[in-house]
Amino acid sequence: MVFLTRIEHFNAAHKLYNPSWTREKNEEVFGVCANENWHGHNYELYVTIKGDTETETGFLFDVKKLSGIIREQVIEKLDHKNLNVEVDFLKGKMCSSENLTIGIWHLLIGCLPESVQLHSVKLYETPRIYVEYFG
Amino acid sequence: MDRKVAIFRKEHFNAAHRLYVPGWTDAQNLEQFGKCSNPHYHGHNYELVVKVTGIPDSVTGYVINLSTLSYIIQKKVLAKFDHKNLNLDTQEFALLNPTAENIVYVIYEILRKELDPSLELSVRLYETERNFVEYPA
Repeated sequence: MVFLTRIEHFNAAHKLYNPSWTREKNEEVFGVCANENWHGHNYELYVTIKGDTETETGFLFDVKKLSGIIREQVIEKLDHKNLNVEVDFLKGKMCSSENLTIGIWHLLIGCLPESVQLHSVKLYETPRIYVEYFG
Repeated sequence: MDRKVAIFRKEHFNAAHRLYVPGWTDAQNLEQFGKCSNPHYHGHNYELVVKVTGIPDSVTGYVINLSTLSYIIQKKVLAKFDHKNLNLDTQEFALLNPTAENIVYVIYEILRKELDPSLELSVRLYETERNFVEYPA
């Protein structure tokens, strides 16, 4: 078993805001992240797959193909977007990095060949804050 | 000793913005600014590097007290821009396109007023790890 990670990035706006709460309650719980007019991040996305290497190529999986899948399935939907307003899989959900990471897992899980398993999705919201999901 | 030394302080802020010219059509803005003109905004983790150059004080050995410099940056810059929408929430970019070039200049002007005229100032702003600007050039 070997693990392979591809790093991609995207930039997006969001806010942490529960619409069923008052503005005061949102500010109390989410602080500056509740700013009504949004704020934003440079997100760094680490996608790790696992499996056995192919004898002929020595690869677990062609990393260019992995990059293409991540870009097509994830980055296209999120890059330079407003996560609260423009992203289908976050509709009706809180726009936290936890929910975003789980959503990215589900976008990718069906798009990999059978020989490869998705091991983890790790998402950095800032250089010092990240979320990991293992399915 | 009258040798100059440069001292640096790094800070960061997160903000949303959108690049567009209000008098242009959506199509023109899209052509010029691409996905950065998205009307729903996008955002960045901005990294700010402030460089202050001067002759260290003969008694303290300091060019500037870093706590003082950090406090000035936090009070005068980060308090305005952190977790804000640069286009909507700030006076500075109500009419000025919040490109990295314009943001670095605005930050320089804010800090210049706060520092002793004998100190030289330079500001570098990273919009992403690979896109950054510096003023003065």
